[in-house]
Amino acid sequence: MTGSLPAYNFAYLDEETKRMIRRAILKAVAIPGYQVPFASREMPMPYGWGTGGVQVTASIIGPDDVLKVIDQGSDDTTNAVSIRAFFANVANVAVTTKTAEATVIQTRHRIPETPLREGQTLVYQVPIPEPLRFLEPRETETRIMHALEEYGLMHVKLYEDIAKNGHIATTYAYPVKVEGRYVMDPSPIPKFDNPKMDDCPALQLFGAGREQRIYAIPPHTRIESLDFEDHPFRVQEFDRPCGLCGATGVYLDEIVTDDRGGRLYACSDTDYCEERRMAGHSGPAL
Amino acid sequence: MTTDQPLLIAKGVTKHYGARTGCEDVSFELYPGEILAVVGESGSGKTTLLNGLSCRLPLTGGQVSYRMRDGTLRNLASLTEAERRFLMRTDWGFVHQNPADGLRMRVSAGANIGERMMAVGVRHYGRIRETADDWLTRVEINAGRIDENPASFSGGMRQRLQIARNLVSHPRLVFMDEPTGGLDVSVQARLLDLLRALVGEMGLSAILVTHDLAVARLLSHRMMVMKDGRVVETGLTDRVLDDPRHPYTQLLVASILEV
Repeated sequence: MTGSLPAYNFAYLDEETKRMIRRAILKAVAIPGYQVPFASREMPMPYGWGTGGVQVTASIIGPDDVLKVIDQGSDDTTNAVSIRAFFANVANVAVTTKTAEATVIQTRHRIPETPLREGQTLVYQVPIPEPLRFLEPRETETRIMHALEEYGLMHVKLYEDIAKNGHIATTYAYPVKVEGRYVMDPSPIPKFDNPKMDDCPALQLFGAGREQRIYAIPPHTRIESLDFEDHPFRVQEFDRPCGLCGATGVYLDEIVTDDRGGRLYACSDTDYCEERRMAGHSGPAL
Repeated sequence: MTTDQPLLIAKGVTKHYGARTGCEDVSFELYPGEILAVVGESGSGKTTLLNGLSCRLPLTGGQVSYRMRDGTLRNLASLTEAERRFLMRTDWGFVHQNPADGLRMRVSAGANIGERMMAVGVRHYGRIRETADDWLTRVEINAGRIDENPASFSGGMRQRLQIARNLVSHPRLVFMDEPTGGLDVSVQARLLDLLRALVGEMGLSAILVTHDLAVARLLSHRMMVMKDGRVVETGLTDRVLDDPRHPYTQLLVASILEV
C-alpha cells in the first residue's frame, strides 16, 4: 500500500488472517458439515451483523469477483447495503444485485430463488452453528456427540414439535444431515430453502463470527432434512402467488401495507421478483 | 446365555480422591437376574463404587468386566468411548437419587421415554409414542400427562418417569443410587412395589445403593456392607440382616427403628 491512507489490506483482513481462515475453510470443505474452529477477528461491525460471513467473504474474494449481498432475500435492507458498501470500499470489487452475475453471494437467512451454478460461492452468516445447542448446553458434550454420531437428541426436538403442535413446527434453522454423516444447522434459512442445498452445484460456506466456527458444503453434496417416517419433511406452501410478479413456488414475505389489515405477499428474493417484472410478469397486487 | 456365568465381575475396585479414599479393593460377582444391595452410612463409598462400576468415574485401581449381549466378557476400561456410551444407553440403566439429574426437565415425559429409542435409530413417531404411552401406564403415571414436562410432576412421579426412561431399552443391568431417597414413606412403598414387579418381570440385574436397610431387604438378594470405603460384610440379604456378623453391621441393624 502506498500514500498516506490508512494501510488497509485488500478486503480489510491482513494476509496472515486470510491464510488462517482459508485453512479453516479448506478443512471444512474436506469434512462436509463439520464445524471447524477459527480465530475470529474483531470486525468493524457488531456481532450478529454477519461478522462470520464477512470474514469468510474477505478471505475468498479476489479482485475479479462480483459480489452480491442479501439480507432475508433482499438486496436493499440495511445489512445487505452496508456489507456491500464495505466490500466495494475495502476490496474495490464489482458488486451486483443479480444472482446470475455474482460469483460470491453473502447471505443472511435465504438462498436465492434463481438456481445457483457451478463456480458460484454462497457465504452464509451464522448466529449459532451448533444444532444440538438448545438440547445440550455443554460444548464438550456436543463435540463428543458429533464425533460419535449420537444424533438421537435431534429427533427428541422434532418429537417435541410434533407432540406439542401436531406437526414438525420448526420452520427455520431446520437441521440437516450432510452426506450421511454430520448433523448441521443450515443457519436460520427457512426450511423452504433446505432442498436447494441438496446436490447444489455451488460451494456453500458458513461463517459464525461470535461462535468462531466455519463449516461448509462442497458442491454436489447430499443434504437430507431430518424427519420421522410417519411425519416426513415438508416445506412451507403458499396458497397465493407473489403480489408483484405473480410467481408461485417461491418464498413469500408478508408485508403490512396499511393499518386496516391490508397485506401484501411478495417474493422475499427481491432480485428474482424484479427480473420477473422486467420480463413482463405481474401479480394480482399491481 | 446361561445364568451360571456372572454378568459383571469387579476385582479390587479402588478409587482414591488424591490422598483420600473413595473405595478400596472391592471385589464381587453379579449374576443375571440378581439384585445386589450396597449399604452403609453416608461417606462409606457406596456412590463412588457405583459410579466407578458404571464407568462414570475413572478407577484408580482394579478392573470391572461385563458380559456383553454376545456372551463375551469385556474389560470395561478397554471399551472405546463409543462402545461405552452405547452400552450405557442400551444395555444399562442408571437411576439417580435426584430425578432431575436423570431426566431432561425441559422436554415432555413422552420425549424423555422416547429418547433411548431415538438414540438407537427408531424414526417412527407413532411407534415411539405408543411405547411411551405403554411405559407411562406401567409406571403408574396417567397417560394423559405424556406431553407435560417433568417439571410439573411430583417427586414420586419424576422418579417413576426416570425408571421408565431407563427401562424402555430393556437393559440387562440397572444401577440405582438411593432410588427412594427424598420420597415420603407411602410414595416409597409404592415405588418399591413397582420396582420389585418390574425387576421380576424383566429379569433385570441391579446394583442398588441405599442407606435404607428396609429398601435393601425388600429388593435385594445379596448385600454388601461398606464402611470407610471397604466391604466389611457380604452375604444373602436375609442372612446379613438376621444374623449380622461384623460389629458395624450389627450396629447398623440394631439402629433400625422398630415401630
